[in-house]
Amino acid sequence: MLTFLLKRTLYALISLLVITLIVFSLSHLSGNPLDALLPDDATPAQIEQVTRHLGLDRPIWVQYLTFLQNAAVGDFGDSLKWKGQTAAEVVWQRLPATLQLGGLALLISIVVALPLGVMAAVYKNTALDAVATVIALLGQSLPAFWLGLVLMWIFAVILGWFPTSGYGGLSHMILPAIAMAWFQVAALTRLTRSAMLEVLDAEYIKLARVKGVRERSVIWKHAFRNAAIVPVTYFGVLAGSLLTGSVVIETVFNWPGTGWLAITAIQGRDFPVVQTVVLFFALLFLLANLIVDILYALIDPRIRNT
Amino acid sequence: MRRLPLVPIALLLLVLIIPAFFAQWIAPHDPYISNLRARLQPPVGFGGTWEYPLGTDRLGRCMFSRILHGAKYALGISMVGIAIGAILGTALGLISGYLRGWVDVVIMRLVDITFALPSILLALALAAISGPSLGLVVLVVVFVIWGFFARQVRAEALSLRERDFVARARVAGASGPRIVLRYILPNIMNTIIVLATLQIGVVIILEATLSFLGIGIPRPAPAWGLLVADGRQLIVSNWWISLFPGLAILLTVLSVNLIGDWLRDWLDPKLRQA
Repeated sequence: MLTFLLKRTLYALISLLVITLIVFSLSHLSGNPLDALLPDDATPAQIEQVTRHLGLDRPIWVQYLTFLQNAAVGDFGDSLKWKGQTAAEVVWQRLPATLQLGGLALLISIVVALPLGVMAAVYKNTALDAVATVIALLGQSLPAFWLGLVLMWIFAVILGWFPTSGYGGLSHMILPAIAMAWFQVAALTRLTRSAMLEVLDAEYIKLARVKGVRERSVIWKHAFRNAAIVPVTYFGVLAGSLLTGSVVIETVFNWPGTGWLAITAIQGRDFPVVQTVVLFFALLFLLANLIVDILYALIDPRIRNT
Repeated sequence: MRRLPLVPIALLLLVLIIPAFFAQWIAPHDPYISNLRARLQPPVGFGGTWEYPLGTDRLGRCMFSRILHGAKYALGISMVGIAIGAILGTALGLISGYLRGWVDVVIMRLVDITFALPSILLALALAAISGPSLGLVVLVVVFVIWGFFARQVRAEALSLRERDFVARARVAGASGPRIVLRYILPNIMNTIIVLATLQIGVVIILEATLSFLGIGIPRPAPAWGLLVADGRQLIVSNWWISLFPGLAILLTVLSVNLIGDWLRDWLDPKLRQA
């Protein structure tokens, strides 16, 4: 178990290093980084000062090590658009908004998808199964940004049940959270359904039924517990999709979280902030996957030895 | 063989393929020319005229013509991106599965890393540096899909290389590259075709999403994602600007996915598990 943990942590660290390398080379190799950092009408004195400040006159590997050193303590320089704040501060302030919305979307995905997937498997080839199949197919084919706009149009503009966009309480969060959760619901329902179908076919389920165990207990206690391993492994992917979703949905609904921040920073050519968001998201994502790996090994001992 | 999925095929022709090739002859207006006297015209049936069947945008450009021309971007990006991604992934998958050893370890670790990095992060970082461009979208698409090909091709190459006909070819003196290209690759072609078809929907949504966010295809191209973005601020008063381009994306991806499922069941049923 310990070697498994160490190995997984090592993999995550290597991935993180590769990502920092990508971000670093993007900012330093594709053209002059000063173009991205300075306004077009910068004076020679300003250019000189920034060059020395960033250490651009030193060898490239020294620059990379400095970059890593700064990244490790969360120092990515000052924001160019939000004056007087560091990039890390700007990102940190936006985090709660993203966590609120992402959390609600995650909750919706689980609460809808797991029961729906289980029921679709239990009542295979019925109307309920057909509904689950259609939801899964639509989820794969609907672009989230457009779904968000359509929900906004129907439920906020026409029906007036919710506010159209902006930051606020639960009523502001419902539409964006549904738009964000839709794809996850589709994927998770499909996964749960196929995992349940496989387990329901197993000998021990037949045995439980023959023994006269109540049907509800067969489904939830015997079958679901064994099928649940598949949805659990999916949560790593889920975390990544929610991060992507936060960029898209926050932009659609003007929800001032980190995803919205990234797009606004790009429009304002605020490279330090974009860089911070990218590395921060990568870190969150790798951490989520590491936790999933550990959970997986705890639930299913066979994994530890592979 | 199951019945051909005729409805999805017809839909795909109607929404994507015919417009992509023939937009300049079908479209009633130039997609770039604005008519300031016909700004924000509603579509037919909602107070509009047949002059502009799907209405006009804020600059008075014909939405129907813009959507028809937009098909080129959806089709072009997905074809080019998938072709490059499939060739790169297949080549690396073959090398990985045939050579095994440390080469295999390195390539598969690379696949893991690209899967571990959400595509949107790469797109954000790239767009922040170089601004949105066609090349950027293709790069992100290739980055996202090559791993699927590499992983699947490797798995099949690993099992094929142990088969008798490969052993005989080796005894007969065939070189490594010859075995891979003449004996292993032809046996994997079906898998590659099915995988490529199943990726089209993913790629079209990815391209539209990047364009919508302003980090994909640059304006003023009428790419579908950009058209939806144009209508975002106007959703309260002029819903048609965002609605119809999104519908085009939905219908295209839906029909591609249905055709892909059918193709998989016909050509390569074992992929159903993947």
